Amino acid sequence: MVESKKTFQIWANIVMVFLCAFCILPLVFLFSSSITQEHALIRNGYSFIPSQIDFSAYRYILLDSTQVIRGYGLSALVTVVGTVANLTLTTLFAYPISRKDLPGRNIIAFFLFFTMLFNGGLVPSYIMWTQTFHIKNTLWALIVPNLLMSAFNVIMMRTYLTGNIPEEVIDAAKIDGAGESRILVRIILPMSKPILSTLALLVGLGYWNDWMNGLYYINKDKLYSIQVLLNRMLLDTQFLMSSASQGMSIDTSQLPSTGIKMAIAVMGILPVLVVYPFLQKYLVKGIAIGAVKG
Amino acid sequence: MNKKKRWKRYLPLYLMLLPGGIYLIINNYMPMAGIVVAFKKYNYRKGIFGSDWNGLKNFAFLFKTKDAWTITRNTICYNLVFIALGTLAAVTVAILLSEIRAERAKKTYQTLILLPFLVSIVVVSYIVYGFLSTEFGYVNHVLQNLGTDKISWYSDPTWWPLILVLVNLWKNIGYNCVLYYATLMGIDSSYYEAAVVDGAGRWQRIRYITLPSLAPTIIILTLMAVSKIFYSDFGLFYQVPMNSGPLIDVTNTIDTYVYRGLMENSNIGMSAAAGVYQSLVGFVLVVAANWIVRKKDSQSALF
Repeated sequence: MVESKKTFQIWANIVMVFLCAFCILPLVFLFSSSITQEHALIRNGYSFIPSQIDFSAYRYILLDSTQVIRGYGLSALVTVVGTVANLTLTTLFAYPISRKDLPGRNIIAFFLFFTMLFNGGLVPSYIMWTQTFHIKNTLWALIVPNLLMSAFNVIMMRTYLTGNIPEEVIDAAKIDGAGESRILVRIILPMSKPILSTLALLVGLGYWNDWMNGLYYINKDKLYSIQVLLNRMLLDTQFLMSSASQGMSIDTSQLPSTGIKMAIAVMGILPVLVVYPFLQKYLVKGIAIGAVKG
Repeated sequence: MNKKKRWKRYLPLYLMLLPGGIYLIINNYMPMAGIVVAFKKYNYRKGIFGSDWNGLKNFAFLFKTKDAWTITRNTICYNLVFIALGTLAAVTVAILLSEIRAERAKKTYQTLILLPFLVSIVVVSYIVYGFLSTEFGYVNHVLQNLGTDKISWYSDPTWWPLILVLVNLWKNIGYNCVLYYATLMGIDSSYYEAAVVDGAGRWQRIRYITLPSLAPTIIILTLMAVSKIFYSDFGLFYQVPMNSGPLIDVTNTIDTYVYRGLMENSNIGMSAAAGVYQSLVGFVLVVAANWIVRKKDSQSALF
């Protein structure tokens, strides 16, 4: 009996170790490819273990390429501004509809909720953002469409507020003469720190990793965030390669070379990987509440 | 209290709703109205509402093409495989994880399997490119060392259904696992203690306690996933295969079709028609799924 328990633990751990390897090896592969010397890469291809370690791809990115640094800065800016704006809108919407005494609360909640059931799709959205609001090739394009507020997050926050903030607290504050905005800032905000950190993480990840808004609305390279830049580089070399195969001669020294490509991709996930271990707890919590009830 | 006073008291709360409300109107409700573009002969200069009506012609054209069938088939079939495999893998891993006793190891496993979820799909396509590139790809080098011919991965559709399933599994297993693991942690431990007292072994505990406790979550998450069966991860089907023409038969989904129609082929009418097709079927599915969830367990229903 004890023996079989032990065997089970060993097997379970072996399976999990394999699974973890399956999950992280592709990332190791990416990193290893980025620190392989260029000629070794061309000779042996990308691999899990660098045959010749060389950091010149990173040196090039950090010293000679304004494009990558600019993309990095832009991504950081968009992530910070977007996350702050998103949390502000989300809190401002979630708090009133968490108040059971608010007249019309159900209608407002439905107005919010319906956006999760039905949508106009890409074509009308694209035409509207470009023709009516003219956001093509502006910074707004990276922040506003689709990412600024999601009904899902608002509902998550409302659920948290109704479950964790007793009505008596709000009533007591009102008796003390506090106005609604004062209640929001002094009572609700401090009490919703856990949910706000969770949402900040999910929203921030969404902004940092977003490339679709850039794909739709940006074609000026000055406005490429790091993900948009990565996306363009991938598809453009592909385009160059396909025209090269049709017999056109191209100057390959102009192409983002084999190693640098992977180094920029590593840069694209680096900040996420750096903060992840510290914030993992909140992320797991966020995924879990999101699932149990949006 | 009279009506006016009441209104005044709540005014600050309504004002708080204003910014978000305006955003929803612009970002979500205006495009809903813009759906009429699918019933029009879109003219850039006249705009959505000024363009001439052409009835159901866009839809008629769309459903006459082979594409309509291909994109519907691909979207649904990939999703079905993703749901089945994803659920199976996630449930298995969640149970395994919950049975492991070494706390440190457990934490580490959880941290590591969630990593792929954080990687943007653009970076995922670089990783896939690193494996599959014809010249520099890892897989081709291995094939060469084995004495086999190189494969031109990005122009041969044979393996792509498998590749996409694998990439999707890799990216989402940690996320799905967390969902089920959270439910497992919620199971009252006294059930297990009682089972042990009654002499139940590990498999019996899993069979008679763990799985039945997971069942509602499995059913609900599956229904939710089925309600989104008409939607696909655009990045996975567009970016990961690098928008490669020869692969289109196995990588074209409704979302990539709509995008290509709008941005690459300027076939706005058909693109919009496909979008409406997606929205309408999606709407019916989500309402139906919710209706079923509500019948089973009204607590978990979305609305």
